[in-house]
Amino acid sequence: MPYIPHTPDDVERMLAVIGAQSIDELFDEIPRNLKSAKLAQVPPALGEMQAARLLAERAARDGRPLNFIGAGAYEHHIPAAVWAIATRGEFYSAYTPYQAEASQGTLQLIYEYQSMMCALTGMEVSNASMYDGASALAEACLMAVRANRHGSSRRILVPRALNGTYLEVARAITGNQGLEFEVLDFDRRHGRTPLAALQARRGQDYAALVVQQPNFFGNLEEVDELTDWAHANKVLLIGVVNPISLALLKPPAEWGVPLDGHRGADIVCGEGQPLGVPLASGGPYFGFMATRLQHVRQMPGRVVGRTADTEGRPGFTLTLQAREQHIRRSKATSNICTNQGLMVTAATIYLSLLGPAGLRRVADACAQRTAELVHALGRIPGVAPAFAGPRFHEAVLLLDRPVAPVLAALAARGIAGGLDLAARYPELPRALLVCATETKTTADIEAYAGALAEIMRTPQAAHPAAREQRR
Amino acid sequence: MSEHIPAELHYTRSHEWVRDLQDGQVEVGITHHAQEALGDLVFVEVPPPDRRLNAGEACAVVESVKAASDVYSPVTGQVSASNPELAQKPELLNHDPYGAGWLMRVRLDAAAPNGAWLTAAEYAKFLETSAE
Repeated sequence: MPYIPHTPDDVERMLAVIGAQSIDELFDEIPRNLKSAKLAQVPPALGEMQAARLLAERAARDGRPLNFIGAGAYEHHIPAAVWAIATRGEFYSAYTPYQAEASQGTLQLIYEYQSMMCALTGMEVSNASMYDGASALAEACLMAVRANRHGSSRRILVPRALNGTYLEVARAITGNQGLEFEVLDFDRRHGRTPLAALQARRGQDYAALVVQQPNFFGNLEEVDELTDWAHANKVLLIGVVNPISLALLKPPAEWGVPLDGHRGADIVCGEGQPLGVPLASGGPYFGFMATRLQHVRQMPGRVVGRTADTEGRPGFTLTLQAREQHIRRSKATSNICTNQGLMVTAATIYLSLLGPAGLRRVADACAQRTAELVHALGRIPGVAPAFAGPRFHEAVLLLDRPVAPVLAALAARGIAGGLDLAARYPELPRALLVCATETKTTADIEAYAGALAEIMRTPQAAHPAAREQRR
Repeated sequence: MSEHIPAELHYTRSHEWVRDLQDGQVEVGITHHAQEALGDLVFVEVPPPDRRLNAGEACAVVESVKAASDVYSPVTGQVSASNPELAQKPELLNHDPYGAGWLMRVRLDAAAPNGAWLTAAEYAKFLETSAE
């Protein structure tokens, strides 16, 4: 499709046809006080050369630190072939195309993606993807309220050990639709959601329970017990999972014991970024969502199905569209009418190149590197793991001093040492969340441990940044 | 009277029919005209037993390949049964809208007034005038 900009003549003729004086007049509906007359912060347009130079300078300020931060976005090795293939002209589109069926290759790719997500999660049906992990959870909560036919509750149970950004986004997206979130504290010894907190809520009316596996602290939740509690109390179970971890952990479809012929999570969602999408300062990423066939009509987003044409040849088509907004209007299942096509293309190629054995090797390496990291850092005086119990590729360490100045000192040595949890978890004022993926070598871990040991040897009071913190 | 508008039933302007079961319950479905307008149905969602309904409230969804439409409860009351066959055989609505394709049975609230129902003759007239 060629890109043809409008000339001033075109614009004038179009305005004449509809009887408008100016383009501004078309926006009369927007109250004047909401319009901004001038955007003082936005500089005049730059040429390509100047813009490229400016952005390169800004990017260089990030440096190339040795990165041990996870917290929802993860640094993985991306085989060079992934983006070489994903950026081919045949694939290079951000959206599900209009006239979707004319693009059989794109639809087949999405179909393969859906099949892979089903294989990873064990669920029966996946959509064509969502915007990111956080918005996928928001949509999963709305879906659970629609799908839970045992009651009309709009209350959702969420663990405090859930990624806090996900909860903020879910609240922002669903707040005006009356969803309420009730937060379940974590147990201080294991850093996971205690079953006892749920037992106290038995018999109350909830639409869904959210379980993140592994949780924000990197710890493994007792997913079987939590799922069984949910189902025994007619509450839908929403699993938020890391796709890489599924190469090692039990798929969400197999959580818990069968009840009334069903077992496992009812809805599974998560952040797809670890599958071949670079960190890129926070986006674009993609979210994924899968469910049981039973709930498919309540699932938002597009779904590609495989079918046969009038001559019996296999083909691919958008399916279950009657629940979407171009047909259902205001009663549509959701307003998600597209997907993160390009990111999904990369993820599909990434998974194809690695295969099940390759993904397993990545997941194994992540778990092993993180175990090494926790061991190496935990030996340093003043540093200790915060929680006991199994974990995947992240861990919380407790320091004997505030974390911020320590991170600043590490940054000065070229190490991005992790995430300070003090702001998100005031009850953990000296906690540091660290992550090591397959990208970290033993030498990297030794470099981190060496730097941290040196910083921790400095008495707290003598540390200039620490003094600043106390003022 | 048209064979497609049984005389003994009541009708709504949103194309539901109501059969009085004479025991404080009514049976509810969608009319021949409605199923014909929708085309081949692929999915029907009926309300779960015990759900409370108000007259005029959207309570079921019928979905064909190209359209989906709400069904509005013609009565106020509590769902006593919903047609268990429809989950597997939505086509019953096309083949037998007044019989095997029934959607739900509702136990009426004694106190609540019914919605504005049409007789078969009035519904036939309504279809004629709305077609013009």
